[in-house]
Amino acid sequence: MNKRKINKIFYEGLLRDNPVFYQILGICSTLAVTNLVKNTLVMCFGLIFTLSLSNLTVSVLRKLIPSRIRMMVEVLVISCYVIIVDIIFKAYVPEISSELGPYVGLIITNCIVMGRAEAFALNNPPGLSLFDGLASGLGYSYVLLTISVFRELMGSGTLLGFRVMGDWWTNWSIMVMAPGAFFMLAVFIWIIKGVIIKEDKK
Amino acid sequence: MSEGMLSFAIFFAAIFTNNILLTNYLGMCSFLSVSREVKTSVGLGFAVTFVMAVTSVLNYLAYYYILVPFNIEYLRYIVFIVIIAAFVQIVEMIIERVSDTLYLSLGIFLPLITVNCAILGVSLFMVIREYSLLSSFAYGFGSGIGWFLAILAMAGIRQKTSRARIPRGLEGAGIALIIAGIMALAFMGFSGMIDIN
Repeated sequence: MNKRKINKIFYEGLLRDNPVFYQILGICSTLAVTNLVKNTLVMCFGLIFTLSLSNLTVSVLRKLIPSRIRMMVEVLVISCYVIIVDIIFKAYVPEISSELGPYVGLIITNCIVMGRAEAFALNNPPGLSLFDGLASGLGYSYVLLTISVFRELMGSGTLLGFRVMGDWWTNWSIMVMAPGAFFMLAVFIWIIKGVIIKEDKK
Repeated sequence: MSEGMLSFAIFFAAIFTNNILLTNYLGMCSFLSVSREVKTSVGLGFAVTFVMAVTSVLNYLAYYYILVPFNIEYLRYIVFIVIIAAFVQIVEMIIERVSDTLYLSLGIFLPLITVNCAILGVSLFMVIREYSLLSSFAYGFGSGIGWFLAILAMAGIRQKTSRARIPRGLEGAGIALIIAGIMALAFMGFSGMIDIN
């Protein structure tokens, strides 16, 4: 493995090909778990774990998987890791696990995980695939964390449960509800795309 | 409330007050990518409604008659996704044989459905909320119709606005998300009508 390749993978995963704001994948969980920073942190851990390990496994098995049933094999590999994540969460962070509800299980159908397995792990050696999973997972995580910081700050005036805003702050309850999530992500994409368009013009 | 009445309430709640797309954010990926034209979104909407209604019942039976007796509930993710994938595959093969027109209008959307998170989401919610068999069917069917309604409205709006001048950074996904946000605001007007949970 050379360093340049790994650098390129991280650059693409974090910025140029970011799964959330560039490829618009994995939007369901982006919107659903970002109402509190705490939930988002736990969810990001789950996704990074699943994504990097399933990428590694699919890549190790890539020469053995018949191409006709490859989707099925990928889904099974992913669901095994999701079960592990679910059991870990239930054991160590039971309250957050019950708040996340079905969204931990829905990592299985998170398009990012399937997409990386299809697009990268099937044609690349295990080491690189692991890094690719890590890069995409981190790219996903920082977008979610940014959104959740703003949503929690504006919606409840707190950060990680600690009161940050003073008494003068009136909570924007819309931010923790569904429409706020849609607007927040749209604004985030708008800003990022504006920066990218400006860079391309130069 | 009797069983039938409760299921009826769940059915309506799944369409309006607890719309799976606009309050639970499920099925966003295909919602954003397929909602450019009314015609294709109708096809996908029908396919999703049908698969959702049937798989919620199949998964209910598998969960309460196979997984619970053997005490292996933690395997539900694998079992649910396999049942959904197998069902979608079978339906695809059947309609390919039976009707060409149906295959052309519906069949091309079926592979997309296996990875539609709304389908798996309905089955997972059904387990978490401990619905009965009838309620599960009502919830699956209602959620399908709710999703259909949302994507249809979205496609209609996007077709109308396709020529509008939008800031460049908002083109595509950005404006679609803002429209979805406004639709979610509108659907919040239904809240308080029925309450399930």
